[in-house]
Amino acid sequence: MISVMIASLHRDLLLVMRRKSEVLTALFFFVIVTSLFPLGIGSDPGLLRKIAPGVIWVSALLATLLGLQRILASDYADGTLEQMALSPAPLSAIVAGKILAHWLVCGLPLVVLAPVIGLQFDLGGSAVGLVMLTLLLGTPTLSMIGAVGASLTLGARGGGALLSLLVLPLYIPVLIFGAGAVNAQIAGLGAEGHLSLLAALLIFTAVFAPWVAAVSIRISLE
Amino acid sequence: MIWDSLEQFLAMGGYAVYVWPSIGACFLMGFVELLMVRRRHNRILRRLMQEMVANEGRE
Amino acid sequence: MSGSVLHWFRFSSPATFYPIAGRLIPVFWVLAALFGAAGLWIGFFIAPTDATQGEGYRIIFVHVPVSWMSMFLYLVMAIWAGIGLVLNTRLSSMMAQALAPTGALMAFLSLWTGAFWGKPMWGTWWVWDARLTSELILLFLYLGFMALQASIDDPRRADKASAILALVGVVNLPIIYFSVIWWNTLHQGASVSLTKAPSMAQTMLWGMLLMSLGYWMYSIAMALTRLRAIILEREAHADWVTRLPELTKVPR
Repeated sequence: MISVMIASLHRDLLLVMRRKSEVLTALFFFVIVTSLFPLGIGSDPGLLRKIAPGVIWVSALLATLLGLQRILASDYADGTLEQMALSPAPLSAIVAGKILAHWLVCGLPLVVLAPVIGLQFDLGGSAVGLVMLTLLLGTPTLSMIGAVGASLTLGARGGGALLSLLVLPLYIPVLIFGAGAVNAQIAGLGAEGHLSLLAALLIFTAVFAPWVAAVSIRISLE
Repeated sequence: MIWDSLEQFLAMGGYAVYVWPSIGACFLMGFVELLMVRRRHNRILRRLMQEMVANEGRE
Repeated sequence: MSGSVLHWFRFSSPATFYPIAGRLIPVFWVLAALFGAAGLWIGFFIAPTDATQGEGYRIIFVHVPVSWMSMFLYLVMAIWAGIGLVLNTRLSSMMAQALAPTGALMAFLSLWTGAFWGKPMWGTWWVWDARLTSELILLFLYLGFMALQASIDDPRRADKASAILALVGVVNLPIIYFSVIWWNTLHQGASVSLTKAPSMAQTMLWGMLLMSLGYWMYSIAMALTRLRAIILEREAHADWVTRLPELTKVPR
């Protein structure tokens, strides 16, 4: 099962490397969206420091959404996904590899970019570190939940907007615990509770999401 | 009966502008929903009738 | 034993259930009217004025019932959708499809009445308390369910995909509710909360209970009515449909 997952991961990463521009688009989107908030709200440093964790997290949600359909859409369009479903290899392992590829390409870079955004918002060093940790724990969960949404909307009309409508309510707990962790620490309340909940969500989702996504793919292929 | 007069009842102790739109919305939406569902049912019945007539015309 | 199980499965055929639903609907409307009248009577003519909230508190006699129903209907909808997914019965999925708009409407009314209750009590039309925020998210979940169904052309595929969505939603609902409560207590403390209802007199509880029962009966009646329309839409070309009494009265 692990070898199947790694093979699927390898394949998806190879495909992405041939279209690097798609990767960079999501990252630029993340930076642009975070820059919009000061433009819309005002550049008072005190205010920006306060909203920074929330802004970073919301932008991360939206940037993750952008890349979700790519996990499955092209394979669905050319029939590869059907072959994957028919093959003896467990579909959930294949999906897990795809989710991991999505996270490496769309989620992990956000973690790396977070300090840059933190600089724009004058967020202190330890807060930035905590933001990176919450993103590290939270973005895989976002990729996994998103994959379930993407597999349900395969071949459905409505595309990205429908996917967003389905997935964003499910993202809310991750957002609350992720941004909340940093806000709690800044307020002096400690972030351990939030972090443990983020970790719990990650584990819970990791156990179920690949399987649910595989079931949904089979339904969409009927 | 806790109200001394109709005016007192309608005034709802000064909260009328909040209480009545709330109750009103619930009743209104109930009627609207019923109307829309009945319309949906009638629409499908009408469509089926038309199809039947069309089929019989062809026989 | 197997004979009686098969006997029950007979009701899962749309053809059998259509006339049964037709006979049941008036019963539920009557029950809804009775419970509703009793609840409104108690709520508006028997229950005393509240010490802190005056007459404005009476909104809870609609706000709380529709809130309960919005959550209850989502659960019921997910169960029917799940049954339709696992047992492959069309009628169960159609029932889920029939429940969704009514549930969404309950969620909307909960938000509407919640706003009208909050404005005089806490000064603003919208309060980000845990209950209202969760109710808003529940509305999104309903809308997502309906949107997904509408966007898939093949009915059976739509049934199954939205069933998965509903089941995922049902599992996530406690997580979402918990996270919103967590978020709310950290940001606002327990001071602002629509859930801190006035200490309940017995009559108030009875009023809410009767109104809830009334809305439950209303929801069943409405869902069954919509279900009949859905059955006709989806089974349009079946033999039993062409033989329906409503259709044989065709003017020549």
